[in-house]
Amino acid sequence: MGDAGPAQWPLVREWLTRNAGGMENDAVRVRNLRKTYGSRAAVDDVSFEISAGETFALLGPNGAGKSTTVEILEGYRRRTSGEVDVLGVDPNHGGLDWKSRLGIVLQSTGNAATFTVREQLRQFAGYYPRARDVEEVIAAVGLQEKANTRIAKLSGGQQRRVDVALGIIGSPELLFLDEPTTGFDPQARREFWALIKRLQNDGTTILLTTHYLDEAAQLADRVAVIDRGRLQAIGPVATFGGDQARMPVVSWTEAGTRYQERVARPAEFVRALVERLGGEPEDVEIRRPSLEDIYLEMVTEAADESVVPSAAATDTEVSA
Amino acid sequence: MSTVVMARRGAPANLITQGVRRVGYEIRGYTRSFETVFFTFLFPILMLGLFSVVFGGDGATSYGPGLPAIPAVQMYLPGLLAAGVLLSGLQNLAIDIALERHDGTLKRLGGTPLAPVSYFIGKIGQVLATAIAQVIALLLFAVFVLGATLPDTVDAWMTFAWVFLLGLSTSALLGIAISAIPRSTRGASAVVIPVVLILQFISGVYMFFWLLPEWLQNVANLLPLAWMAKGMRAVFLPPEYAALEQNGQWDLGMTAIVLAIWLVVGLVLSRVTFRWIRRDA
Repeated sequence: MGDAGPAQWPLVREWLTRNAGGMENDAVRVRNLRKTYGSRAAVDDVSFEISAGETFALLGPNGAGKSTTVEILEGYRRRTSGEVDVLGVDPNHGGLDWKSRLGIVLQSTGNAATFTVREQLRQFAGYYPRARDVEEVIAAVGLQEKANTRIAKLSGGQQRRVDVALGIIGSPELLFLDEPTTGFDPQARREFWALIKRLQNDGTTILLTTHYLDEAAQLADRVAVIDRGRLQAIGPVATFGGDQARMPVVSWTEAGTRYQERVARPAEFVRALVERLGGEPEDVEIRRPSLEDIYLEMVTEAADESVVPSAAATDTEVSA
Repeated sequence: MSTVVMARRGAPANLITQGVRRVGYEIRGYTRSFETVFFTFLFPILMLGLFSVVFGGDGATSYGPGLPAIPAVQMYLPGLLAAGVLLSGLQNLAIDIALERHDGTLKRLGGTPLAPVSYFIGKIGQVLATAIAQVIALLLFAVFVLGATLPDTVDAWMTFAWVFLLGLSTSALLGIAISAIPRSTRGASAVVIPVVLILQFISGVYMFFWLLPEWLQNVANLLPLAWMAKGMRAVFLPPEYAALEQNGQWDLGMTAIVLAIWLVVGLVLSRVTFRWIRRDA
């Protein structure tokens, strides 16, 4: 319906994709993706690419359209319009062969609670032509001691690790991780990050959605922020948000009042401050905004266009 | 490389292998669910024991003028065998698949290269294995504990075999179709179990069919269970007891026709309604 021209013929489309110059390095390509429910657009004109081997984080508040976008890429939902290409295939026409190259960790899934971790992984390993070794995967998610425990008896964080294990058991070329570490304690989260870094080293392409900005900063090569269905920003973690947003914040206390200022050259600014005050300023601090600060500012601004920048900066400090 | 894999993944032999691998897994899941084991597997056996003891009186009774006297268990065994077939096929799959749909199991499987065909081979294998085990348990219990007698002709056992298999296939397909109805996890057993129970009451499982009002018999005759029970009565009751049936005979041909019609209905409905997930437009 939304597809036009050759997109209606999957084979032609696949040939075009394979032979389009420079495209073969993209694991995922999304062009003008749109998904509407009635008159409401859940996803509105979203475009991005993910290169093979890249880790791409999709950030955004609840209900922003992250999961809808991801589920369209996974083949669970149909798009209203736009072009989507996942590993060279339109997800609307993805067959079993295509699925065998994907690993999907959904946001929330029921676990076959009456099975043990090992039984469940053995069963799923059988579905894939290039399955990983079950014991290795159990070890990779740190569940060796729970391998013979029924999944229902595991804690929430441990069950989530089973989800991740099921997602990687088939040695996927492309791994979808939809809020994978929700409910993890800090230690479990660190271990999970180490696991993801090993997968990255193996060349796995990863699409991550997360609420944890430190997680995105740790794992992702590039991040995109999606809010109310629209892509607000996209770029490498190191330069995300642009120079303005990444500008350091100097804060200090003067005569009982807390001041803060965004400056390009914080050291010079502090020196001038020292000269003006004739000594060490009280509680002086130089902070470079974290990914979380930049993200929150972006989402807050989008939610309330009239927000004062310094107020937003104060908010982020409180929540950081 | 991907074309080689594709050929392997899509090949019928592989789909069957995958399905067979799921049979053991499904059976294990079945035996670990207390609710299923109780309400599907043990229920007809308990009911057979209960009804045979409560209504058994002392020894054999004649259930009609000029009919040979038989023990109560002999009267209840055919109906409860049919009920077992219905529970193992319809109730089991209707609840099982509805739960798997609502707890996300199906969605998860839909993201793997497991084919729906293989999934269903697993389910059907589970149904067949548990139904056979249930029949054996019912017959052993009926004969060795309650004193039922089994038919001794090949003909009777052939009839038993086809009524069992046809009834089970029909029940299983209808179960798959019905699994699309419950809207929540809690709704699954709450909707399915009472409906199936009422169906058993009006189809001659707990109450003798000929004692039901004519109109109720006619209603029940539109549904498959009454015919499964009748087919089983043809196997396990003395031939004289055909006199108690609506038109004085076993009507096995009609049993085959009605079950076959419901088989096709179940096949079409389950084919049309089954989805890994509720996929939106």
